[in-house]
Amino acid sequence: MNITVRVWRQAGPDEPGKMVSYDVPDVDEHMSFLEMLDVLNERLTTRGEDPIAFDSDCREGICGTCGVVINGVAHGPQQTTTCQLHMRSFSDGDVLDIEPWRADPFPVLKDLVVDRSAFDRIIASGGFISAPTGSAPDAHAAPVAKADADHAFDAATCIGCGACVAACPTGSAMLFTAAKVTHLGLLPQGQPERKARVVEMVATHDEEGFGGCTNIGECAAVCPKGIPLETISRLNRDLLGALIRPHT
Amino acid sequence: MSDTIIDSMDADSIYLEGEPIADTKAPAGPIEKRWDERRFNAKLVNPANRRKLSVIIVGTGLAGASAAATLGEAGYRVTSFCYQDSPRRAHSIAAQGGINAAKNYRNDGDSIYRLFYDTVKGGDFRSRESNVYRLAQVSVEIIDQCVAQGVPFAREYGGLLDNRSFGGVQVSRTFYARGQTGQQLLIGAYQALERQIAAGTVTMNTRHEMLELIVADGRARGVVVRDMVSGEIESHFADVVVLATGGYGNVFYLSTNAMGCNVTATWRAHRKGAYFANPCYTQIHPTCIPVSGDYQSKLTLMSESLRNDGRIWVPTSGEDKRDPREIPESDRDYYLERAYPAFGNLVPRDIASRSAKNVCDEGRGVGPGGLGVYLDFADAIERLGRDSVEAKYGNLFDMYAQITGENPYETPMRIYPAVHYTMGGLWVDYDLQSSIPGLYVTGEANFSDHGANRLGASALMQGLADGYFVLPNTINDYLAAGPFEKIDDSHPAAAEAIDAVKSRIDKLLSIRGSRTVDSFHKELGHIMWDYCGMERSEEGLRKAITRIRELKAEFWSDVLVLGQGDELNQALERAGRVADFFELGELMCIDALVRNESAGGHFRAESQTEEGEALRHDDEFAHVSAWEFDGDGGKPILHKEPLVYEYVEMKQRSYK
Repeated sequence: MNITVRVWRQAGPDEPGKMVSYDVPDVDEHMSFLEMLDVLNERLTTRGEDPIAFDSDCREGICGTCGVVINGVAHGPQQTTTCQLHMRSFSDGDVLDIEPWRADPFPVLKDLVVDRSAFDRIIASGGFISAPTGSAPDAHAAPVAKADADHAFDAATCIGCGACVAACPTGSAMLFTAAKVTHLGLLPQGQPERKARVVEMVATHDEEGFGGCTNIGECAAVCPKGIPLETISRLNRDLLGALIRPHT
Repeated sequence: MSDTIIDSMDADSIYLEGEPIADTKAPAGPIEKRWDERRFNAKLVNPANRRKLSVIIVGTGLAGASAAATLGEAGYRVTSFCYQDSPRRAHSIAAQGGINAAKNYRNDGDSIYRLFYDTVKGGDFRSRESNVYRLAQVSVEIIDQCVAQGVPFAREYGGLLDNRSFGGVQVSRTFYARGQTGQQLLIGAYQALERQIAAGTVTMNTRHEMLELIVADGRARGVVVRDMVSGEIESHFADVVVLATGGYGNVFYLSTNAMGCNVTATWRAHRKGAYFANPCYTQIHPTCIPVSGDYQSKLTLMSESLRNDGRIWVPTSGEDKRDPREIPESDRDYYLERAYPAFGNLVPRDIASRSAKNVCDEGRGVGPGGLGVYLDFADAIERLGRDSVEAKYGNLFDMYAQITGENPYETPMRIYPAVHYTMGGLWVDYDLQSSIPGLYVTGEANFSDHGANRLGASALMQGLADGYFVLPNTINDYLAAGPFEKIDDSHPAAAEAIDAVKSRIDKLLSIRGSRTVDSFHKELGHIMWDYCGMERSEEGLRKAITRIRELKAEFWSDVLVLGQGDELNQALERAGRVADFFELGELMCIDALVRNESAGGHFRAESQTEEGEALRHDDEFAHVSAWEFDGDGGKPILHKEPLVYEYVEMKQRSYK
């Protein structure tokens, strides 16, 4: 098939950007979306034009490195990561607008590459259980109800790609933050730091410039791991409890 | 291609043999006491002195993040680097199956000794007994540590941890978190690391790639890195350097590794004096989704648990191009069940992979290019019902459908082997210290524990064992002599390393030839796959060495890298990595040529039994091959470390 892509080109963090159109003939439907960009980059390079910078690494949907907005939707038309999207999802003659995640806390570094280090700082402020190496009791010392373990796992599958932020009208990272609060808050090991965790993580979320949650649900609609919106309710409940009764 | 060069290339013109080497750090005596004894005899560093000592750790996968978190918490000043935009994205994250530990929670006869025994045997008697025993001992603590961090392992209804069996062993000792065990373990280590970053004990540098090691006055003292956003070349100094930079499977271009996985950090260290051990030991995983076209950028693995219920076959005749569902039983060849009636479709990874290659070489492969075999669930669906098959394998079937656009409930899957893991790596002693004082190597980047073949669910175990428990108890023995004299950019060794990095980047950018980096990488990958893949022969390896040398020369005169060094430049990043893959690829072929036996993942056509099975030659090759770099244009120098088996009797494997 033959398609046209219109790609956001931006030479550096402080440079102005613009959409640039490229024809991409002879696209195989079995190509992944990123392989289509690889092919385009090979052609651009051979023509002496600067290839398009974009992030990707594992290309199997688990590392969370890749992610672009395709025709206005984070990760494109399937609810999966950009690397797991294949060209058979598109048709001959399609015109695809390809843009980076757009949110103030995710500044563009070049073309489609953004800086998501704000996510790391949210985790660093409380998204952990303090367990110095070597101090752990036997793994069976504290049984965990299977339902809790399964729910914790569901939340822990977040890959930190940032699609939730890109999709959110206010640029909120509440789904990302809530996934970690939920994962650790459902486990007995996570209880001692539960209140401090949610307070600190939400404070850092706000300091980094992410917007407030308005329960629109765009985040959950594009999340490649299907993290449900209700995790944000859990965060709000924990946060309220921690603010009203910080010491009990 | 210049086949004429091959004949003139006798062994002496390819490599030299040096003095044997030995691991001097492992204590003698009863194997179960050795780790205790080493920990007791290793010098300690007083907690108050630790903050005067600095540690550089490159890589933030399981082996790097766990080490950084642990050493930071212990009080050392740690500086950590990764090429990804966050430490959480290192490729450990993609491991699916699980992590082994000798907990014996199933009460099924497992023990530390049995895990040790299985691992030594699985490695085809090419690993060290002392190291493997320690790995099995430490495995138990890893699970405790991870649970304490909140890793959500699978649990049973009683709230206790679930286990499954894996990789043909007879006990259930694999802990797992659905098909995402690597992700969950890495997130645990990442969170511990972020906690130390917030505490100020670890300084994290993301999007930084190590391009050179600084060895000053006989010690590893720092690294030269490139800031991949600004392009700035930076030097960093410390009392000790740890490389936890993963494996080199991407030398084959197509592998299950992430796009960015590379050998540069370990290869640069090798060029500075670190021995590279057993580079030819690569693991090729049998159940991957086949290549669909030239544009293919990577291969995706599917859990080998599929072989429990799927039947592997090809048409009896290569001419048979019918839809697989229309091929009657009489015209199908279930070649594993035919050749290995005892194990059938559950033969070990290396045998399953090589058998698939053989039937495809015979012209009986299926799918694009004839590089695939069927993995058929029709019998399983009939026997167990579709719901039951979906419950067991649903996520894998979905993944297959997502990538191929085919429905595996209706038509057989197509699978083909793919490069997955590299057992070779930098040579280390029992302390995980390389042949350069002050350079430690952990995880897949070192060579130590898996021998010639790694068992399933053992990579995660080794990475975390090294990072959480081994390194933090051995590195102190070296650091107790520190802090060492401060050095900076003015030291000749640092100046030389910085200069070397800059001139190499300038060179890559100045060639402005006609071929892209990827086109060279693909061609190298084809050479490696054809001649140093699942089956190696003397003739093929000689041809490969010649062709790699020619291609490398062409690369340095005709590669096309656009843009500048002082900007985010992904083609430049790849060019540097591919340049190192050429040198590594040549050494892999030399190592494979010299090891004229078949062991684990290394199968030499000349060394097989009458039935075509791998044949070891313990009299000649029961050693580690540790290679020393002898300058550009020089010949690699082989140092042999003899392997002695005091506990496990050496046997030839049989799966008939």
